[in-house]
Order: sequence, then structure tokens, then C-alpha cells
Amino acid sequence: MKCQFCDNPATVHVTDITKSKKRELHLCERCARKHNLVPDQPSPHVDLKALLGLLTAPLVTGQLAADPAALTCPTCGLQYGEFRAAGRLGCPADYDAFEAALVPLIERIHRAVAHTGKIPQAVRRQLREADLRNLREQLAAAITAEKYEDAARLRDLIRQKEATDEPR
Amino acid sequence: MNLDSLLPNLGEWLRGTGPESDVVVSTRIRLARNLVNFPFTNRASHHQKGEIAGRAKEAIAKADLPYKLDYIDVAVLSPLDRQFLVERQLISRELAAVLDGPRGVAVDDKESVSVMVNEEDHLRLQVLRSGFALDEAWQDIDRVDDALEARLTYAFHAQFGYLTACPTNVGIGMRASVMLHLPALGLTKQIDKVFRALQKINLAVRGLHGEGSRAFGDLYQISNQVTLGKSESKVLNEIREVIQTILQYERQARNALVKERKQAEQDRVARAIGTLGSATMITSEETMELLSAVRLGIHLHLLDDLPATTVNQLFIHTQAAHLQKLMGQPLDGEERNAARAKYLRSKLRELGTSQR
Repeated sequence: MKCQFCDNPATVHVTDITKSKKRELHLCERCARKHNLVPDQPSPHVDLKALLGLLTAPLVTGQLAADPAALTCPTCGLQYGEFRAAGRLGCPADYDAFEAALVPLIERIHRAVAHTGKIPQAVRRQLREADLRNLREQLAAAITAEKYEDAARLRDLIRQKEATDEPR
Repeated sequence: MNLDSLLPNLGEWLRGTGPESDVVVSTRIRLARNLVNFPFTNRASHHQKGEIAGRAKEAIAKADLPYKLDYIDVAVLSPLDRQFLVERQLISRELAAVLDGPRGVAVDDKESVSVMVNEEDHLRLQVLRSGFALDEAWQDIDRVDDALEARLTYAFHAQFGYLTACPTNVGIGMRASVMLHLPALGLTKQIDKVFRALQKINLAVRGLHGEGSRAFGDLYQISNQVTLGKSESKVLNEIREVIQTILQYERQARNALVKERKQAEQDRVARAIGTLGSATMITSEETMELLSAVRLGIHLHLLDDLPATTVNQLFIHTQAAHLQKLMGQPLDGEERNAARAKYLRSKLRELGTSQR
């Protein structure tokens, strides 16, 4: 089943029965989050107000799903509809601003939605540093917890990673 | 850079050598790159384009490369000079005639590497190689890319890779294209079959000047379309395999031609040389068609004293902008046809082949 807002698989399913009237919603996690149905912090509570708002306003949601043309990039001001007319995006931030509408399009063009291949050197350096930082934190935690076998393994891993050359 | 100094040279892609050069004219790889914190070119103001060009120029000038890249300001060039660069495959028709504002191209003196600035994407890196040389071209362009990236911050997305103005280029931003001369597949009417098979596996077929251009003179460019979800090496390998198959087909078709209708081919080639050497008016299209027959004749050994390089020289020099530069004056269509015929007559006479 697909999300009612975008083409992603629906993973959040809501059924509401009020006065013997049944209403259903099917959303992907991102759209559910966008409409405050799923709290950002794990919590057993569902935002009832947001849920009711969605269920009682099917017209508005229907419009959103059918018309992503109104999506606007906050960085360059381009509207999704303008992109569809001209075929050119306005700025790099459009990829995030229009993500819900772009992903299905990109999938049709490339039959894939994720990059594989070259990564800029600057990004590779950042990834490597983040990786090392993460390992060092794990090492510190292992030492605190007196898990010395884990600590030794982590220390070796860190040394090994530090020894490999910085990316060109 | 004085563009006229390029005139006597053939440029890397027409060197006429390189692997499999009996069928493969040239290999080209381009990378689309954009700077962070700027709109894409189509949405950038004149001022922003100027800033992008400034940064690009500086990165190009300071790039750690074993050769120098000369920056040419395309905005101030005459239409003739722009067309000249298009004919030499150093800039796109869009950069020459469609786009406006600050834009340019940096070129090395072998005309193998070029970096277009403010094309559809902020940077369009290109490497041209004679013959079938995907690996060499990739190594060259990878190096140029690294050298520029050391001084510029590219727009890169963890999920989508290198971000481009058009989502058809997003990901690796790479288009690898191989220019093939396929006269025998054309003559034996097998070419459409080959192309239908290519489209099924998502490779594009285009004419000499890329998108939307007709295939003159049996020259075709085969390139990848997918840029997301496959690494550069995977895309290059897929193209390599396909080109090798097409090479085989073309060579089989050529062998069959020699075996089954050598006399007729010999006649066709001789007539082509005859027309090229005696016409008094000739269009660029007809010249390309005739040169295609001559090129095939050389590779089938139906002609022995004409080097393939000469065909390439005639090919490039008879294109509109080159011809006008050679003649030293602007010429309208009719005048060009006369000048082209005159140039071909004198060149072929010089080579002593028009009397064959």
C-alpha cells in the first residue's frame, strides 16, 4: 500500500471509528511525522488533535497529494510546478525541499534512488573523522564499563583506521 | 588564448589514433558539478554567475595539474569564435549560443581537457581522447575533478550524490560517450537494430553534436543515461561491453562488404573522392557523407595513400566556422559551399589523390 501523500510505502495506518463511521489513513513515516502523527521523541501518545485534523479534512490532504506543484523551496523560491514546466531545478536545496515529489521521478529516470560511486574528498574526510570520533567514544565507554576486551578491539580498530592514509 | 592558433591543430579527438580507431573516433567523459550556496545557473543572477565564474577561474588557475588550463571568456567571443569552439567539441551549443551572462571554458593546449563554467551546471568537466579509451579518460577527469574540488566546495548530498540542475544527471554526474563511425552497419541496414537494442539497455544514441543533432557521416555517439545507483566504474564497464559488441558487428559488416561487393565499394569510394576533388559547390552535410565513404575506404584498404588523419583534417576544416577562419572572412551559406569545395579541391590536389 502506498502513502496517500507521496509514493513511498505506507507504514503508518490509522483507523478511526466515530459514531459507527469508519475512516482510514495510510501514510509513510515521513508524511506521518510531517503531520505530527508520529512524535519526534518516542512516546506512547499520539497527537490526537493532529490526527483528528487529518481525518476530518480529507479535501485538503487530497489536494496536497494531487498537487505537489505548490511546493516551494525555502532557499531559492522555486516552485515544484515551475521545475516540472522547465525541467531544471533552482538550487541544490531543491532536492530536499521537493524530496517527496522528486524521489518517484528520480526513480523513474534512474531506477534507483541512492548514489553509489565517487564521494568528494572533503566529504570523505568528514566521514572518516566522524567514524573515528564515534569509535573513540565507544572506546571510552568500554573502558568506563571495564569491558577491556572490547576496548582492546576498539583501540586496534582506531589505530588501523588512523594508519590508513587520509583520502587523496 | 588566441583561438586562431588552434586552427592548424586537429585537437585530441581528431588525432585519428588510439585504440580501435578504425571504428572508434573518440571517447569523451564529462562530469557535472555545482558549487554549494549558489542557485543553479538557470536561476542565478548576473552577479551570482560572475561570482561563480570568479571562483571557478581561480580554482582552475591554481589547480594542481601537470598541464595548464587556459580560461576563455565565452561571453566576449564573437559568434564565429564560439561556433569554432563548438566544432572543436570544446563547448556545447548551449554555452555558445543559448545561455547568457558570465560564462567560459578552460582548455589545455592539447584540447583534451575542458572545463565549461556556467553551463547548465556551474562546472562541466570534459576529457576527450582519441579512439576507445574509457579508462584513460576516466583517470584524467577524476584527477581534474579532485584538483578543482580541492579549492571549491561541491554540492553533494548523502543520498543523491552530486547535485545537478537536471535530475537526469544527479548522482555521479557522469556522461561517458563514445563516438563511433559505423558506415558498414548503415550500408547493410543493420544500424536501427543495433540502436533499438541499445535503447533497451538504457544507452542513448546521438549524432555528432550531441543531444538532438542528426547523425551525419555515419558518426554516432553512444552514452549512458543512468547516473544514479551505479558507480562510475560500473557505468564505464557497461558501455565498454556494449561498444565491444558494436565494434564486432561493424567489423563483420565491413568484412562482408569487402567479400561480397568489393567492386561496388571501390567504386563508391572512388566517386566520393572524385566529387570531393571536383565539386564547385558542396554542403557540409554532403562533405561529411563523402568523407565517411573515404574513411571507410581507407580502413578497407581500398585506398592506400591517404592517411585517416587527413580525412579528420578535411572533416574539421570544412565545418562552417573553421572554413571562415581559414578563408579569413565571414561567408554566407552559398559562399561557404563554394569556399568548402575550393578548399577540398586544393587539399586533394595537394595530396595527389584526386587524379586516381
